[in-house]
Amino acid sequence: MNEALWALGRGTGVVALLLLTVSVVLGIVTRSGRPLLGLPRFSVTLVHRNSSLLASVFLVIHIVSLFFDSYAQLRVVDFFVPFLGAAKPFWLGLGTLALDLMLAIIVTSLLRRWIGRRVFRVVHWFTYALWPVALAHSIGNGSDGTSVWFLALALASVVLVAVAVAWRVSANFIEFGNARKGETR
Amino acid sequence: MSRERRPAATLHIDWTLCDGRGLCTELLPERLARDEWGYPLARDGSGGDVPLAASQLEAARDAVALCPRLALTLRKD
Repeated sequence: MNEALWALGRGTGVVALLLLTVSVVLGIVTRSGRPLLGLPRFSVTLVHRNSSLLASVFLVIHIVSLFFDSYAQLRVVDFFVPFLGAAKPFWLGLGTLALDLMLAIIVTSLLRRWIGRRVFRVVHWFTYALWPVALAHSIGNGSDGTSVWFLALALASVVLVAVAVAWRVSANFIEFGNARKGETR
Repeated sequence: MSRERRPAATLHIDWTLCDGRGLCTELLPERLARDEWGYPLARDGSGGDVPLAASQLEAARDAVALCPRLALTLRKD
């Protein structure tokens, strides 16, 4: 039983991280206002939202399964308060920190219409902290964190996010950006 | 006046919020085009209050929910 919980906890953690990577990349590129690889703009936004939702579901399974796993020695306080863990407190704490950020981002996303765009956006920017913290947690805490296949996946994720960020800060990122600046040619 | 001639609802565009991201123009191509800066442009020239037929309500609701700038509201008449 413990073996099964542990496997479930590992697997769902990896899947949650990969889904989070997809969501982060799409969240960055959707800001350009351009369609992506044949996906219309509204689909990019929908896939961004749905991959985050799916990541949250996998994250819940990840946390609950490891809570019942005796090796991880999780307590309820470790869900929300970082760096108090019994095993690998620093790396576990990063996971807790990522969860706290994730909760704040989920709540403000769901309440976007009522809290206004400014609060939503400021909290949403914390995704840029959440994602590297979650990645560090998976490498430092994960049983597979330093295995070759996982590091390859992590490296690919870093490259994807880095490319998205590089495009985000480049001059031609915003669709119609040149027309709006008056540089029509 | 026959009832079906009247619009089922109106899509209001808040121009102070709109940033021309293009989602609404994709979802409501019969109603909205894009101007040369990418902002939505009502095809019938109705400006910021676009009349919608009943068949366009579903797409308009999606546009309201997905607008990244929260610039759209649906007004039932």
